[in-house]
Amino acid sequence: MGMTQPDSKTLVAIYKKMALIKHSDDRVIGAMKAGRMQMPYYSARGQECIPAAISTLLTDEDYLVTIYRGVHDMLAKGLPAKLLWAELAGKATGSCKGKGGPMHLTYPSKGCMVTTGIVGASMPIACGLALASQLRGETRVTVANFGDGASNIGAFHESLNLASVWKLPVILVCQNNRFAEHTSYAKGTSVAKIANRAASYDMPGLHVDGNDPVAVYQAAQQAIERARSGGGPTLIEALTFRFNGHLIGDMGEYIPKAEYAAAVAADPYPKYRSWLIDNRHATSAEIEAIEAGIKAEIDEAEAFAMSSPPPDAIEVKRDVYAYDIA
Amino acid sequence: MDTNTSTQQKAAAPVNMIQALNWALHDAMEEDANVIHFGEEVGDAEGGGIVKISAGLSTKFGSRVRSTPISEMGFMGAAVGAAVVGMKPVVEVMLMNFVAVCMDQITNHAAKLRFMSGGQTHVPMVIRTMTGSGFQNGGQHSDFLEAWFCHTPGIKVVMPSNPADGYGLLRSAIDDPDPVLFIDHLNNYWTPGVAPVRGTKIPLGKARIHQPGKDVTVIGYSRSMLDIPPVAAKLEAEGISVEIIDLRTVSPIDMDTVLASVKKTGRAVIVHEAVKSFGVGAELSSRIHEALFRELKAPVERVASNDSPVPYAPPLEAAFLYSHADIEAAIRKTLA
Repeated sequence: MGMTQPDSKTLVAIYKKMALIKHSDDRVIGAMKAGRMQMPYYSARGQECIPAAISTLLTDEDYLVTIYRGVHDMLAKGLPAKLLWAELAGKATGSCKGKGGPMHLTYPSKGCMVTTGIVGASMPIACGLALASQLRGETRVTVANFGDGASNIGAFHESLNLASVWKLPVILVCQNNRFAEHTSYAKGTSVAKIANRAASYDMPGLHVDGNDPVAVYQAAQQAIERARSGGGPTLIEALTFRFNGHLIGDMGEYIPKAEYAAAVAADPYPKYRSWLIDNRHATSAEIEAIEAGIKAEIDEAEAFAMSSPPPDAIEVKRDVYAYDIA
Repeated sequence: MDTNTSTQQKAAAPVNMIQALNWALHDAMEEDANVIHFGEEVGDAEGGGIVKISAGLSTKFGSRVRSTPISEMGFMGAAVGAAVVGMKPVVEVMLMNFVAVCMDQITNHAAKLRFMSGGQTHVPMVIRTMTGSGFQNGGQHSDFLEAWFCHTPGIKVVMPSNPADGYGLLRSAIDDPDPVLFIDHLNNYWTPGVAPVRGTKIPLGKARIHQPGKDVTVIGYSRSMLDIPPVAAKLEAEGISVEIIDLRTVSPIDMDTVLASVKKTGRAVIVHEAVKSFGVGAELSSRIHEALFRELKAPVERVASNDSPVPYAPPLEAAFLYSHADIEAAIRKTLA
């Protein structure tokens, strides 16, 4: 299995996705603080690298399942910012017509199949998406995202076992941000590395620095090649941190101050930006042009969301079943 | 079990529910390559299912039929995922009580993804399971839990009482664009009935008038459809005319058929094996009262099982379940 250094074009593409995720997140929180938007928002600020790197290896045909902290995964996979923002704002023009919200983002035309609000539930569903591809003889793969807390729920273990027994083309991506809601990793998890749990299911378990785009890219490349070629599943544990608590409003008292300060000091976004310029993968001017483009895209998304109409009340009668209910 | 015998040869001979459901699975899989089937022990190497409903299918359809590990949450979620991209999984939960270990995937996901995605995805899957008291299986292998799912918008609940309905309803459940919970009664499996005409589908949400009558409407489904007719026959001898409705689909309920009948008779009795409180009978009774209060000649009666876990010892198991005498007493009460 090849382990290649991504070229400059790919590295910049990863940065562009990170910038979109980071700036969109900052702006959502700003809109919430200003009182323009209200929602249960689970920020993924700090975790941008992981989906940004993985998604450069995926096509629109590949499937993605993620969780309530999944806006970053969805943006990276191709959910248009406009449709995301309108959905977060609860508008009729949102990707789910305002019926799902941040915890249920869906956009099948880019492979964004399911977002679940239930810890652990992404993995069994991902196994089914992968089963469908396997039965149809397709080469597409499925990526399932989840957090470190989810590795302690039964669905994780059932899914890894099933994926291994059936050799499903699935990549299980644990975004280990060190806290399961308010409980620290060590208090709730029996192993030093979640990746070690893969051994119990006879599949590769890759432990990577989730704040290093190149490391994530290379791990994902191995896993995706294995899945596409019929080799079966891989568990990737990407070590990261979330800067804005479990959800907005969480003051993070349970996070040791030194740990938080160290994580913020290691913020992957500015670090990667400097690295790209220092290593001549992009010029400052190119990076600034990307950022200007992202800012314009988010301006447009926010304006679209704010100016869109709310859903009509009749929508509560629709989409319960294939037919409208009385 | 022979799944390949031609329709012509078998059509006339009575069959049981096991054969009828096996035919339905076979015919659906033959017709549509998207239909897949999995669950514990459904493969032929593992016996073709505990009562052999899946017999012959893995031999004929290969990897589309799979025995799973004992991982209800895992394989239920896999069915949801496969259905989201257009497969039509028929997933078997060996006994109904085991749905408790995979409720999240059924109620939070299968039932809700269409709505939460704003109609972008939907989940065309069937969950087939079986249950029923009377086999000394005790408190965790016997419950009728249909009310849990009737209380969950987004999923349908189908409970056939006879082989022909079983075949036709299962075919429609597999075709349905939304998730369907399909519940068999262990007690009904070996009762011979009229053979289904293969290929004939019975629409979901449509009740069947089992027997017309004019004095009282008795509404049942699943196992109670074995118990109501003999009681009605006994009362017929006294000149009491009972109209019997088999709901077939428990959610959504065919209120048009129910209300037309009760409007005519002015009296209604509901009979189900599930425990009485907060059950399907309560919902049906409430709807009948709301629609026909002034036309009713008596309050609607419910006949159901005792509000306890299903016991083990035969005398206790008998005391748990309603009796024919209970059905008779409820009918007489509406006529008093």
